[in-house]
Amino acid sequence: MMATHISVSVQEADFDVGIEIAALSAGRDDVGAVASFVGLVRADKLENIKLVNVKVDAQDTVDTVHAMTLEHYPGMTEKSLEAIVAEAATRWSFFGARVIHRVGRLLPGERIVFVAVASAHRGDAFAACEFIMDYLKTRAPFWKKEDTPAGGRWVDARDSDDSAAARWEE
Amino acid sequence: MSVKIYFFAGLREALGVSSETLALPTDVTSVAALRDHLAARGEPWSALASTRNLRVAVNQQMVGFDTALHAEDEVAFFPPVTGG
Repeated sequence: MMATHISVSVQEADFDVGIEIAALSAGRDDVGAVASFVGLVRADKLENIKLVNVKVDAQDTVDTVHAMTLEHYPGMTEKSLEAIVAEAATRWSFFGARVIHRVGRLLPGERIVFVAVASAHRGDAFAACEFIMDYLKTRAPFWKKEDTPAGGRWVDARDSDDSAAARWEE
Repeated sequence: MSVKIYFFAGLREALGVSSETLALPTDVTSVAALRDHLAARGEPWSALASTRNLRVAVNQQMVGFDTALHAEDEVAFFPPVTGG
């Protein structure tokens, strides 16, 4: 059996989703399914953000997150992403997986994360893709800081992300 | 023995330090003991006293606070991760 091809990138640059998906099946005829996920920077509404003592001058200036800055732990980040994909490969059968996570300053609407898995059948690709995203959210050392009208604010970890990762352990 | 310590994200900002190399007292042999040792420096280091929003990695692997430390280990303290 051929080894699973795992490719992980942590980068400031954007990526081309079409090129990345095509690369997973390039030059082979045994891939029957490629499942992919693209995460985008969302402009959260103010009511979803806990701000204390914020003076609101004009509604349109406080409506959204203006930008987001991604910090990470160089070295550990790549290792942890590779370990997550390797863990997925012990649970499902797939030929290859590609993970890209951007760092630095990103604007609402920009792509932030990409996960794609190529397998013979869709079940393995869908499940492995979702597993990798769920584990990435709780185990890969990235931290988001939002630029808001009130200044920078580190995003809190969500309990729902912990539960999403935990369901794979049942 | 000495270890290299890194701090990330909100914790790095609160401490005003991103990394340091520290010679450990002989009784500091675990991650928990290192955390207590640092927290005992007073403000702003007492931010390390609560483990609720604190995670730790040793040699770039997330570990529990009872993990033993060895010479030249790379230890990182940070808040729960929020990537993706």
